[in-house]
Amino acid sequence: MSVRMPEADGAVLARRQAIVKALRTLVPGEGVIATEREMKPFETDGLTAYHQLPLVVVLPETTEQVSQVLAYCHAEGIKVVPRGAGTSLSGGALPLEDGVLLGMAKFNRVKEIDLDNRVAVVEPGVTNLAVSVAVASDGFYYAPDPSSQIACTIGGNIAENSGGVHCLKYGMTTNNVLGCEIVLMTGEVLRLGGKHLDAEGYDLLGLIVGSEGLLGVVTEVTVRLLKKPETARAVMIGFPSSEDAGECVSAIIAAGIIPGGMEMMDKPAIHAVEEFVHAGYPLDVEALLLVELDGPGAEVDHLIERVEKIARDCRAVSCQVSNSEQQRLLFWAGRKAAFPAVGRISPDYYCMDGTIPRAQLPQVLKRMKELATHYKLGVANVFHAGDGNLHPLILYDSNKPGELDRAEAFGSDVLRLCVEVGGVLTGEHGVGVEKRDLMPTMFSEIDLAAQQRVKCAFDAKGLLNPGKVFPVLHRCAELGRMHISGGQLPFPDIPRF
Amino acid sequence: MTDILKPRDAKDVEDAVAWAASNDKALDVVGHGSKRGIGRPSQTDMTLDLSALDGVTLYEPAELVLSAKAGTPLAAIEALLASNNQQLDFEPMDYGPLFGAPAGQGTIGGVIAANQSGPRRIKAGAARDHFLGVTAVTGRGETIKSGGRVVKNVTGYDMCKALAGSWGTLAAMTDVTIKVLPKPETQASVVVEGLGDAQACAAMAAAMGSSCDVSGAAHLPDHVASHFAGLPRPEAATVLRLEGVTPSVEHRKQALASLLKPFGPVALLDEKDSVALWTSIRQVAPFAADSARARPLWRISTAPRQAQRLAELITPAAQMFYDWGGGLVWVAMPFENEADAGSIRRATAELGGHATLVRAPAALRAAVDVFEPQNAGLAALSKRVKDGFDPKGVLNPGRMWAGV
Repeated sequence: MSVRMPEADGAVLARRQAIVKALRTLVPGEGVIATEREMKPFETDGLTAYHQLPLVVVLPETTEQVSQVLAYCHAEGIKVVPRGAGTSLSGGALPLEDGVLLGMAKFNRVKEIDLDNRVAVVEPGVTNLAVSVAVASDGFYYAPDPSSQIACTIGGNIAENSGGVHCLKYGMTTNNVLGCEIVLMTGEVLRLGGKHLDAEGYDLLGLIVGSEGLLGVVTEVTVRLLKKPETARAVMIGFPSSEDAGECVSAIIAAGIIPGGMEMMDKPAIHAVEEFVHAGYPLDVEALLLVELDGPGAEVDHLIERVEKIARDCRAVSCQVSNSEQQRLLFWAGRKAAFPAVGRISPDYYCMDGTIPRAQLPQVLKRMKELATHYKLGVANVFHAGDGNLHPLILYDSNKPGELDRAEAFGSDVLRLCVEVGGVLTGEHGVGVEKRDLMPTMFSEIDLAAQQRVKCAFDAKGLLNPGKVFPVLHRCAELGRMHISGGQLPFPDIPRF
Repeated sequence: MTDILKPRDAKDVEDAVAWAASNDKALDVVGHGSKRGIGRPSQTDMTLDLSALDGVTLYEPAELVLSAKAGTPLAAIEALLASNNQQLDFEPMDYGPLFGAPAGQGTIGGVIAANQSGPRRIKAGAARDHFLGVTAVTGRGETIKSGGRVVKNVTGYDMCKALAGSWGTLAAMTDVTIKVLPKPETQASVVVEGLGDAQACAAMAAAMGSSCDVSGAAHLPDHVASHFAGLPRPEAATVLRLEGVTPSVEHRKQALASLLKPFGPVALLDEKDSVALWTSIRQVAPFAADSARARPLWRISTAPRQAQRLAELITPAAQMFYDWGGGLVWVAMPFENEADAGSIRRATAELGGHATLVRAPAALRAAVDVFEPQNAGLAALSKRVKDGFDPKGVLNPGRMWAGV
């Protein structure tokens, strides 16, 4: 593990037995797990290169229990790491040796479906897909659909502001959540938003979404539901170069078309996927673009014609329109299975998540090839082409000495490259521990201090998920100080009227 | 008369706020001042006028992104986008005329600070949903940046959300980056005539629950209908907007018309009338009229199906109409010096949601809460957030709540 976590608190470790006992009084029965064997499944999340057994695992079932556990930990100065399904790819749920791991899996009920207001009220441990399934028979769905949607939970989606393949048109989690109940580290329970639109004061819900479990523990969520489009069809387009594919994406958007989904894969990814899924992907192209149009049949047919023409103008060498729902799903099955497919051709892979201005794609892919040569590692690329979110999969073998280190160094270079061309470190996987130490490539000390002051407003003792997101933790008292530089500022320069 | 500081660039803004912070001065942060009448009356020492921070600094239509200095006129941005067949999808309303000011004022920074939106809110969200990146000067006199120029970004806290809708109380924005979108090829509207409030809410819910992809849903009761442009008759109208490519709009227009027939007589509006109608809805036309301007005006956000119950809880002498499928209710009170905050707050407490006293004489805005009062826990958290950004209360102190 190359990332240093906050030093464990010896006093907390020494009190472990007493802490476990106290927690058992708050969460009875099997809700407190303290043996090494039973805690083992919680030692890592989707970023498997990192693992750490927690102090103890607590699985509360009610908001009241969450509140009591947090209040107890707050009073005792014990760190807490919240966890949803544990699918984080950035180590957001990586336990701490001296921290309680608060698993939210038992919060798994859909509490209310209100189709008149087009919302559902769910507990945070409900999986992303389960929300859509719960309302499918009425023709509704929940729009964000990260690839891990079978397993990942709504609570985790809030922590990471998850997107998925449809977010160019339908937005990310932050655009699809209306309200939540959160418990602060003190145990205080607050409700933000509800079934209505707009925040009533500061947009605290907007701050919670994407905060990676550092501000509060979400215990209930109100999500927007959308009516399913009448039809959806996908076009699969092959290009002789990624430049051509990138140009096609720009041309589609410039024509005023916002597809429901627009995904790109490079040659290594296409080959890995085709071998695995047999989706009928062309193997002789350098880049493959999947474009999905949704809406009434008349609209979809009209737009597909236009997309086909744009693709031809952009030198597409193959173009296939799905002729049935089954075939549309098959086209997508390939894309959605890209990660496991790559997992089959390489013992290990390291999934990156930068976002770039779309026009920079050819440049970024070219530099990435050079980096691959430099680090002597393979790389396959899948790309949310509509919104510029790039997922390079770096192929390595953890059993070969030095390969993991090289993969991590390669990954860091890729992310620096994303920032250099005007993009960002992470589109939807989060900073977690993985990209924590790269934060200064995007933010100044002042920027990071301002963000940490938000953290202080929610969690003044810094006990909730410390060691994630911020490379250096400052005490809130220190951050709160004003550094006044004196009264005689250059006022004469500023025009006054 | 307070002094006005007019910074020429972002550095001047930082200097001005740092100066104010070190001299215990409070600043009234404004762009064009088109929304100055909104909020609690402020006691500031000076005005920080950001209107000289003017200019679009980046516009890449194919990347759907635009960056501008915060004081750039909204009208200039909308014109630039229109020349490329694009638009701000959140369709910000224009508060100016509600206060008797000319239309078309306002800056992009102000639009974001007030988290403005329009009738497309049900589909496209508000300013916050399109706000990608920011550079701003906090009340500490420090320049911070957050977000970026890409849509998908979870790198650090989403500080853009904190600033959107903060009414300039946390930081003075100097540069903003927003998502822009293609303008729909055409639009049309379906009108159901003569419905009462309850039936109208049911009709709007049916339309919103269909796959017709409605991009505007409003109910304009009898007593205000004559103020709206484009309607076939000046009587109660429940209106639904459809936008997109021509074959799609045609198809959905027919589908929606048959869906709504059981509710009452249906009329169809072509593109021209539809544009006129939704412009007047967006501008809250009845309450911007000379005859209505003295009336205290509330903007109430609640769950769409609660709208009708909400109306029952408010004095029958009030005038009102429903935007956003009923989720937003504009209410104009009958008497100039009576906001009737008590019944409004009781209604939001019972039904959920929140109310803002958008327009009222200063004395009234000083006497009653302008923004929805928060419970002790939320109020304390809001205050801690404010203190993190602006511990000395330099920026618009007290505009949202006393002491914040």
